[in-house]
Amino acid sequence: MKIIIVGAGKVGYTLAENLSKDNNYDVTVIDKDDDALAKVEENLDVLCIKGNGVSASILMEAEIVNSDLIIAVTGSDEINMLCCLTAKKLGVKKAVARVRNPEYSQELSIIKDQIGLDYVINPEFAAAEEIARSMGFSSAINVENFAKGRVRMVDLIVNDEMGLDGKSLADIDKESKSTVLIGVIVRNNEVLVPNGSTVIQKNDHIYAIGNPSSIYSFCKYHGKNPDKIKNVIIVGGGRITFYLYKLLVGMGINTKIIEINGDRCHELADVLPNALIINDDGSDEGVLKSENIDTVDGFIAVTGIDEVNIMSSLIAKNFKVKKVITKVSRTNYDNIVNHLGLDTVISPKEITTNYILKYVRGKSIESLHRIVDGQAEVIEFVVDKNSDLIDKPLKNIKMVPNTIIATIVRRKEVVVPHGKDVIKAGDRIIVITKQQKISTPSELISKVNGGLQNELLNGIKKLGDIINM
Amino acid sequence: MNYSMVLKNLGILLICEALAMIPSLGVAIGTKGKDEAAFLYTIAILLFLGICTLFIKPKNKTIYGRDGFAIASIGWILASFFGALPFYFSGAVPSLVDSFFEAVSGFTTTGSSIITNVEALPQGLIFWRSFTHWIGGMGILVLTMAILPTIGAGNMQIMKAESPGPNPGKLVPRLKKSAIILYGIYMVITVSEVILLKLSGLSLFDSLIYSFGSVGTGGFANKSLSIAHYNNIAAEIIITIFCFACGINFSLYYTAIKGNIKEFFKDEEFKVYVSIILVAIILITLNIYGNVFNGVGTALRHSTFQVVTIITTTGYSSTDFNQWPAFSKMILLILMFIGGCAGSTAGSVKNLRLLLLFKNAKREVHKIIHPKAVYTVKYGGKTVNENTLSAVSNFFVLYMFIFFIAVILISLDGKDMITNISAVTATLGNIGPGLGVVGPMGSFSSFSDFSKMIMSFCMLAGRLEIYPLLLLFSRQFWKK
Repeated sequence: MKIIIVGAGKVGYTLAENLSKDNNYDVTVIDKDDDALAKVEENLDVLCIKGNGVSASILMEAEIVNSDLIIAVTGSDEINMLCCLTAKKLGVKKAVARVRNPEYSQELSIIKDQIGLDYVINPEFAAAEEIARSMGFSSAINVENFAKGRVRMVDLIVNDEMGLDGKSLADIDKESKSTVLIGVIVRNNEVLVPNGSTVIQKNDHIYAIGNPSSIYSFCKYHGKNPDKIKNVIIVGGGRITFYLYKLLVGMGINTKIIEINGDRCHELADVLPNALIINDDGSDEGVLKSENIDTVDGFIAVTGIDEVNIMSSLIAKNFKVKKVITKVSRTNYDNIVNHLGLDTVISPKEITTNYILKYVRGKSIESLHRIVDGQAEVIEFVVDKNSDLIDKPLKNIKMVPNTIIATIVRRKEVVVPHGKDVIKAGDRIIVITKQQKISTPSELISKVNGGLQNELLNGIKKLGDIINM
Repeated sequence: MNYSMVLKNLGILLICEALAMIPSLGVAIGTKGKDEAAFLYTIAILLFLGICTLFIKPKNKTIYGRDGFAIASIGWILASFFGALPFYFSGAVPSLVDSFFEAVSGFTTTGSSIITNVEALPQGLIFWRSFTHWIGGMGILVLTMAILPTIGAGNMQIMKAESPGPNPGKLVPRLKKSAIILYGIYMVITVSEVILLKLSGLSLFDSLIYSFGSVGTGGFANKSLSIAHYNNIAAEIIITIFCFACGINFSLYYTAIKGNIKEFFKDEEFKVYVSIILVAIILITLNIYGNVFNGVGTALRHSTFQVVTIITTTGYSSTDFNQWPAFSKMILLILMFIGGCAGSTAGSVKNLRLLLLFKNAKREVHKIIHPKAVYTVKYGGKTVNENTLSAVSNFFVLYMFIFFIAVILISLDGKDMITNISAVTATLGNIGPGLGVVGPMGSFSSFSDFSKMIMSFCMLAGRLEIYPLLLLFSRQFWKK
């Protein structure tokens, strides 16, 4: 599959990085800026072309005619749309654009039709949705819904109060009698796909997956009672805030916005007539105190400057605010942020990448959630009647390594499967895997056994692995 | 520097070299020469060392710029050292320095030889010598990239360090595919030449030797008289055409295959390359006609052959051009400094660099006339980045600098000036024969061991385009 990415900024780079890891994708990156391109060329196995992505001759040079997909993620909405328009006219099969201006996003369907865009990603809106979801379940770091809300996955940090420290998963299951599966453990930024004998340690991130009510009772049992959040302060009045305010108000949460720029405050007041907008510095402790930060239970820092977000979140943490969400755009802060004790960190870049990757992977993927830079993936599939997976007890299916089927959803029923359970045609399955390239359910079946030819292929693969280790 | 990653890559390179020796071992066994054991020992040593490095488990798998350069420079030195062992073990070349010189000359596609009587060499060694031209022409490391199952992005650094030309790039998004395409084109050219040479009347073995020598633009022959031995016009024409073809940027072939043949002839560097060749042929023909040869045809035949094999840095000879008048010899010496196109198998400074240097010089002159004017240097309709321009100028300065130092050092042997200057030009530019003592009918055997080491350095520096090798002498480079 040939993919052209226009724009080598934060999102463009991450996309190119993730797509180029998969040998099925041939990636070409177009950008006007020499330095941005040099960084891509030095670190990634992709082709770089310098030039304007809207220009037909540059697109022709990138072989747009034979390409399957163009992803326009430059800083400007207009360029992105124009770029997709040109590319479509030149014969690219699919076009994806990033469009972030709220004014356009209201007219998205017209734009999509007229330009022939196949997919539009609005990172700010996606980030706002993610923040709102996480606000709805305050004790979890992160909340992800699958199978149209019938399955929920929460990310929890193990602390002393939970009483999980030092216990194996099998013991926890027996003790809490829950039907929740702990599918992934993240320890020091390393992802483990656990089994019954894996022992949980303090400060592990555990990803619990199951139907929403059992997740709720699991959290309650382990002292992570998800309290309802009533009052929230948002620092920063950017585009995320615009979307987020509407979502939070919809959830019945009182929301205060603090924005430092007076003009922006006026603009916001225009579009959000009922909002309480305060024109002041949100990273100033005095200001936050005077806005009664000690009484709010949610704090969201989404200014355009990472450092300000981190500092004001630390202040909020200091005031024992229950739920603190921080937006960090630059990934090179990842290691530090993890040590600062900030629990929920949102990166619009990561979110955008996840959405686009899901789109690129193809139709059979219903949803895709990536954990720790894609070290593990949680994927939702619908199994069709031609699949090799159906009507067989799970223990008879040989799976690719480091992969588990976390839940099977059949109509309204959610099952955390055991060896005897069977997948039926039309079921949704949620799979947790450390394999990177799975895009259809049939790829879950291990091909290790069978046939001399396969033996040979595997031998070569293993040799390759040894050489590359 | 990421030492474990560098070691690992070097290990892989050694294993690939062992594999590359197998055809030569086959020839040695087939001809029952005295060199079977020599190849077996060398292969065993290479495999042992290579497999040892496979057990290294690097923590950080990233290859940074300097690691790439380290792999290229150390890799080439190691490959040449182990490539020399068959000569040494078999006793055909008793001195280790001489063997090393011969192997470096092979891998760097130079074709300078210290062997005075080639015909006496065992067939296996003759084959190995020429086969190193073939591998070295497109690049040993690029070959490992094409063969190995999967490779990371960092390997772009290695390709950059090994590929000739100021701005080596990929043909397609995937580095591995690019390497395979390059070797694919290379293979097709080689096979066609072997077939044509066979048809022209050479034996299969000889066809292989001369094909490896000309597509790699190397120049090792299995006859002391080189091509002149056969006195076969058809073979000379075929070799001329293939040398010429391999002096052209290989990415142009790829654009041509994709159906863009016009682009091929529009390429600025290609035009310069062809013009220089035509002018040189005409001047030399006029000069040697009546002077050395009596017929226009013979004069044209030899001048064409000589101009093409010298400018492509191959170095085959159809006649002893050392006997030609000074004017012709001077032109040949200048051609040695020009070389082929960037991205070809040819060596030396390359047409693209000279073209850019010339354009840059023109701009400087214009700037004196209009001091405030802003000029950009264009190549193929696109503005050339200032960094590239200064890199090209720096390259040229360093090239000349190394040239002068090497000439002074080898002058200590007490040979005449023409010999010294042409010997360094021929080794630094990866051409092969020079003039005087090292002329087409002579050899490099009479130099001292010290001079041979200097010239081995020149060959490696010329092939890797100086920087990777110079970096080895920088203390900063070795620091963590």
